[in-house]
Amino acid sequence: MATTDIIRIENLVKTYRMGDVDVHALNGVDLTIEKGSYVAIMGASGSGKSTMLNILGCLDRPTSGKYYLGGEDVSTMDDDALSAFRGRQLGFVFQSYNLIQQLTVIENIFVPLFYQGQDLSERNEHCGKLAKLVGLEDRLDHRPKQLSGGQQQRVAIARSLVNDPLLILADEPTGNLDSKTGIEILDLFDRLNAEGKTLVLVTHGDEVAERAQRVVRMRDGKIESDVRKRAPVRAGQESDIQTTA
Amino acid sequence: MRLRTLIRIVQLGIKSLLLHKMRSGLTMLGIIFGVCSVIAMLAIGEGASYEAQEAIKKLGSSNIILRSVSPPAEKSAGAATQDYVNDYGLLYLDANSIRETIPGVQWVVPMRIIRQEVRFNTMVFPVQVIGTHPLYPVVSSLRTSAGRFLTYMDERNRNNVCVLTTSLAENLFPYQDPLEETVVMDGESFRVVGLVQETGLEKQRPQSGDSEGKTIDANVYVPLATAKARFGETIVSRSAGSYQAEKVELHQITVQFESPEAVEIAVPQIKTLLAKNHTKPDYEVIVPLELLQQAEQTKRIFNIVLGSIAAISLVVGGIGIMNIMLATVTERTREIGIRRALGAKKQDIITQFLVETVVLSVGGGLIGVFAGVVIPIIVSALADMKTIVTPISVIIAFGISGAVGVVFGIYPASKAADLDPIEALRHE
Repeated sequence: MATTDIIRIENLVKTYRMGDVDVHALNGVDLTIEKGSYVAIMGASGSGKSTMLNILGCLDRPTSGKYYLGGEDVSTMDDDALSAFRGRQLGFVFQSYNLIQQLTVIENIFVPLFYQGQDLSERNEHCGKLAKLVGLEDRLDHRPKQLSGGQQQRVAIARSLVNDPLLILADEPTGNLDSKTGIEILDLFDRLNAEGKTLVLVTHGDEVAERAQRVVRMRDGKIESDVRKRAPVRAGQESDIQTTA
Repeated sequence: MRLRTLIRIVQLGIKSLLLHKMRSGLTMLGIIFGVCSVIAMLAIGEGASYEAQEAIKKLGSSNIILRSVSPPAEKSAGAATQDYVNDYGLLYLDANSIRETIPGVQWVVPMRIIRQEVRFNTMVFPVQVIGTHPLYPVVSSLRTSAGRFLTYMDERNRNNVCVLTTSLAENLFPYQDPLEETVVMDGESFRVVGLVQETGLEKQRPQSGDSEGKTIDANVYVPLATAKARFGETIVSRSAGSYQAEKVELHQITVQFESPEAVEIAVPQIKTLLAKNHTKPDYEVIVPLELLQQAEQTKRIFNIVLGSIAAISLVVGGIGIMNIMLATVTERTREIGIRRALGAKKQDIITQFLVETVVLSVGGGLIGVFAGVVIPIIVSALADMKTIVTPISVIIAFGISGAVGVVFGIYPASKAADLDPIEALRHE
C-alpha cells in the first residue's frame, strides 16, 4: 500500500436485513483515495452513498470486505476503538451543522478533543486559531442559536479540523444554505484542500461536484463511474493552516 | 477519570440542566420534599422524644416512685355521702416494709402533700406543704440554694422549720432575707431555714391526688413528723356547700436503688408487697426505667415509620427524575449522535447523563437539606417545640438522594449510550 493512500477499500459489502429480504446497500465496492484528494461522492437516493459515508466515517461496520483508513484495519474494530478512532482521525461536517446547542462556539470546536481527555484551557489558543481561520474569531462566546446557518457551518468546519484529522467527511454541507452562503462554504473547502486536507464530500449538487478533483458516482451499491479531473494536492504543498497540536 | 474532566462534565451537566430551568426545578422538587421531610420530621420527632426522655431521666433511672391514687369508685361515693372520709393511699407500713424486705434498696423517701396557705405579715399565698425526709433532695431534682434542707434532728424533734422554693420566697419576702424569718401555716409558726430550687420539669413536681388536680409552683418543705403532728392525717376540703375529707398517710414514696439493674428485679417484688398491704388499687407504681425503655421503643417505631415514608418519597422523586431524564434522552438524541460521531465512547455518554441525573438529585438533596434544617428552626420559634437536627439524618438523607440519582440515572444513561449513532444523527 502506498503511503499516500488515506483510504483503501476492498470488496466492501454492506447488507441490511429488512423483514425477510436482504438488501445489499453496498455490493462489492473497491476504492482508494490518496492524501490530498478532494472527492465528491454522488448518486441518487438508494444508490448506497449514505451507507458509504457511514462506513467511511467509521459510524458503521461493513458486513464483509476490508476498509483501511490511514493504514489501520477499521473493519474489525469494536465500538470503543471505533469511537476513539473517529475522535482522533476524522472530521465531520453535516448538512444540518449539528452543533451542540448548550455550548459556545469555542466549546463546540473543542468537543472532539474533550473526548481525547484534553483540557480546553490548554487548547484555547488552538481552537481560537481555527475560529479565526473560518472567520468567527469575534464570536467565540456565542451560542449556535445566535449564529446564521453559514456561520454555524463554519463552526462545524473549524470543529472538523480541531483534531488534525486524516480525512474530513462532509455530508451535503451546503444543503441547508442559500446559494451565496453555499459558495462561501465551498470556497472554504477549496482553501482547505489547497492546503493539503483530504476531503470526501457526499452531495447531489453538480455545482458542488464541479469543484472536486475527483467524482465518484454510485448506483445500486456499486461504483458506476470514477472520474479524476486533476491530480490530488501534493503533500509537500501544505500548509499555512496550523491544525496540528 | 481525571478530576478536571469530571469537573468539566459536571459543569456541562449543570449547563444542560439550566437550559430548562423550570423543568429541572420541578424535577428536583420530588427529591427536595423527600430530603426535607426526612430531616425536618426526624428533627421534630427527636426533639419531642428528647424532652420526654429528659423528663423521665430526671425521675431517676434507678428510682421507683409510688404514688397514692384516689380510687375512682370511692371518690364518687365520697361525693354522695356528706360526712364520708375518703381513706386511701400509701401507708407508713409500705415504706417500712420496702425498706426492710426489698433487696438493693438504698433510700426510701416518703412524702405527704397538704394544701395550705402560708402567711407572712399581711401576705398570704396558697402552697403545697410537703412533709418529707431529709434525703428528699438526694432522690429528686431539688437543689438547696440558700441555708440548708431539713435534717434528722428536725425530724426527730418535730421542729417547726420549713424550706421554701425560691419562687415562693421571692413573692413572700420581696424586701428581706427570708432565712430565719417566721411564716404562719394553719396557725402554726415555722422558721425558714433554707431555700430550694426545682430543677425538674413541671410534670414531675409532686402533686397531691386531690380533686382539684392543680399544680402549685409554691412548695413548702417541712419534716414529715412535723407535718403529721401539726396538720393531722385528715385533710378537709370544702366546695359548693359540701365538704370532703381525705385521709392519706403518704402521698408518695420514692425508692432509690443501688443500680438500674436492681430496679428491674425489685419491681415485681414491690408490686407483690403492695398488693398484700392494700385491698383496693389506691396506688400506682411508676418505674422511670420502664418508661424510658418504652419511650425508646416508641421512638424506634416512629423512626421506622418516618424512614419508610421518606424512602417512599425519595423513590417517587427518583422515578420523577428518571422519567424526565428519559424524555431528555429522547429530546437530545441528536446531541448524543453528534457526540458519538465526534469520538465519544458509550461510557462517555453514560457518564454524561449519569452525572446530569446525579447533579439533579444531589442539587435537590442540597436544597432539601437546607430546607430540612431551616424548617425545624422555624417550627421551634413558632410552636415553642424543641427540635434536634441530628447530623446522621442529614448525612443519610443526602446520601440517599445521591444514591437515588445513580440508581434512577443508570437506565436513561444506558439508553442514551445504546442509541445507534447513525440513527441518532438522523433524528429530528
